[in-house]
Amino acid sequence: MSDDFAIVTEGLTRRFGQLTAVNRVALRIPRGRIYGFLGPNGSGKSTTIRMLCGLLTPSEGEAVVLGLKVPGEAEALKRKIGYMTQRFSLYEDLTVLENLQFIAEIFCLPRARRRGRIEELMEGFHLTELRRQWAGTLSGGQKQRLALAAAILHEPQLLFLDEPTSAVDPQSRRDFWERLFELADNGTTLLVSTHYMDEAERCHGLAILDRGVVVADGTPATLEAGINAWVVEVESERARVARNAIAPLPGVFSVTQLGARLRVLLEREIDEPQGYIQAALDQAHTPATSRLTSAGLEDVFVAATQGRYRGGSA
Amino acid sequence: MSCITRLLAVVRKEVRQLARDRLTFGMIVGIPMLQIMLFGFAINTDVRHLDTAVVDQAGSQLSATLIADAEASQVVHVVRTARDSTELQERMRRGEIAVGIVIPADFERRLQQNDRSAAQLIVDGADPLILGAAQKLTQMELQQDSTLQQGDGAPLFELYNPYNPERRSAVYIVPGLIGVILTMTMVLFTAVAIVRERERGNLELLINTPVRNIELMVGKIIPYIIIGLLQVSLILLLGRFLFQVPIVGAIGDVYLATLLFIAANLTLGLVISTLAASQFQAMQMTFFFFLPSILLSGFMFPFDGMPQAAQYIAEVLPLTHFVRIIRGIMLRGADLLELLGDIQALALFTTLTLTIAVLRFHKRLD
Ligand SMILES: Nc1ncnc2c1ncn2[C@@H]1O[C@H](COP(=O)(O)OP(=O)(O)OP(=O)(O)O)[C@@H](O)[C@H]1O
Ligand SMILES: [Mg+2]
Repeated sequence: MSDDFAIVTEGLTRRFGQLTAVNRVALRIPRGRIYGFLGPNGSGKSTTIRMLCGLLTPSEGEAVVLGLKVPGEAEALKRKIGYMTQRFSLYEDLTVLENLQFIAEIFCLPRARRRGRIEELMEGFHLTELRRQWAGTLSGGQKQRLALAAAILHEPQLLFLDEPTSAVDPQSRRDFWERLFELADNGTTLLVSTHYMDEAERCHGLAILDRGVVVADGTPATLEAGINAWVVEVESERARVARNAIAPLPGVFSVTQLGARLRVLLEREIDEPQGYIQAALDQAHTPATSRLTSAGLEDVFVAATQGRYRGGSA
Repeated sequence: MSCITRLLAVVRKEVRQLARDRLTFGMIVGIPMLQIMLFGFAINTDVRHLDTAVVDQAGSQLSATLIADAEASQVVHVVRTARDSTELQERMRRGEIAVGIVIPADFERRLQQNDRSAAQLIVDGADPLILGAAQKLTQMELQQDSTLQQGDGAPLFELYNPYNPERRSAVYIVPGLIGVILTMTMVLFTAVAIVRERERGNLELLINTPVRNIELMVGKIIPYIIIGLLQVSLILLLGRFLFQVPIVGAIGDVYLATLLFIAANLTLGLVISTLAASQFQAMQMTFFFFLPSILLSGFMFPFDGMPQAAQYIAEVLPLTHFVRIIRGIMLRGADLLELLGDIQALALFTTLTLTIAVLRFHKRLD
């Protein structure tokens, strides 16, 4: 049963003094998939990943990763997992090639395979030209490619990527995700933490974390369908005025401006959301059009981090 | 599964990083050079040429001879004469002179009587080194005295000082200096070794690999052992050619003893490395250890002169044992077997600290 899952946790909790950084997190992450952790700063993404790697001891709860209990059996796990840390953690005063050689040796790759594997990765990650450059002098995107290459060098079954694409341009980000899908196709399970909606949308499944708690989880589609709120989009020449008219309304819990458009989230209890908003706009003599629309992942994120995702229905 | 590749990987990585770290590299060569120059040239416990004033109330030929003899001993250097002993003390208070010689008017009669000392020596005894030097002078006076009575110049007693006949302090200091320099550099290098990885974020990656504690620790030590041996060779060469410091015992014994001492310091550095939260803290802890090592080990002050409690503390410090061993080998030609007790103490210290370091280091972040 638990063989179908790469990661199973139950009541996973980690406290730092008074602060509960991760609070009773239960996860079931299937094998061969890309699973996302979406959450604001300080929501406990890194802490959860560290516990799953066996680097931090949970205060409470259990975690089984690839059939091994952590932190108890963490040493046996090290060979099977790869971990790309949030902060660049390769040696800045070693060259690209030296870093990769070091990792290959540390993982005791057979001598015969070491060279080929490093060549293959440098080729695939466009690092061949940079092989003699110190890692510390690489650009953000180059560092990130090197870090990923190092993390998968020993062909792990499970890969943890902690905010791998911060400080990377959109094109590089697309390329990067291409590689992640390739890895998933070859059977690797990936756990990726991110703050980016577009990245979260690419995941097979994801959990939204807020202050250490999983406030929503599922596939992007089920999350969007399951939102416990109305989404009304307002278009107006005078968006700021429109915003001021809408924001104080009872039942409105979020207004986000996107240029000339506003995205308004309302509680489900309101019967006629579009009419409700339009009436308020007319009353404020603000020329605007409004329409009811379906929720996107960002709406789910906003609702969930305000405690409105399961608030009414669950 | 053990894997020698992994150990070698750590060693190679350390060496590469070390070769690129100019400051550390400078320290490896710079500290021994600086220290040996300082201790060899500048610091000299053999006090000479103390500024001296003389009150010669006798004004005879014999009193002139006494003053000339005192100057010939090189301990004193007569810079002026004074009217009376009051002026002498006045000048001493003002710091103009360190020694005053008073030769009374009845100097020659006193010499004959032999029950009272003939002349008076006034010394600024606040500095024990000066006091010690002045005491040598009183011995000289005694010899003068006997010369006068016996007439054949046979001294009362002869000082026998076979190990450092010229009383050159460099000969005595350089062997101990090997220990001081190694303590300074070796502990510091390894003390920052793991802390640095933590500060730079490398540790989070490293502890997520199959590398074992012992491989990491030993791998980090090996390059520094070689560096330590290079430093020793440098000190021995400088000592030999600048100060003619002899090596009476076997050179192989010197290196073996040093090897053990290097290991003791490196493993201690590793322990500090697992305790400190930052490189700065590691440096503070190193200094905290370094100070008693220098003061209590017998390198600076004679071990036997220290109070019992200080001696107990000193016995825990590796430098104390090493100073005994290395002086034994280099100055007295002792072999390792004769110094077994101190060698065992060093070996015990090394084993203990390495064990603590390996046990203390967890592949965790908390
Ligand atoms: N070692 C620690 N000691 C004390 N508090 C900690 C420690 N590590 C994390 N925390 C706290 O735990 C909370 C969660 O931190 P964590 O790094 O897991 O957040 P995150 O979701 O990864 O945030 P970010 O997106 O900024 O990386 C934060 O409030 C943080 O201050
Ligand atoms: Mg984080």
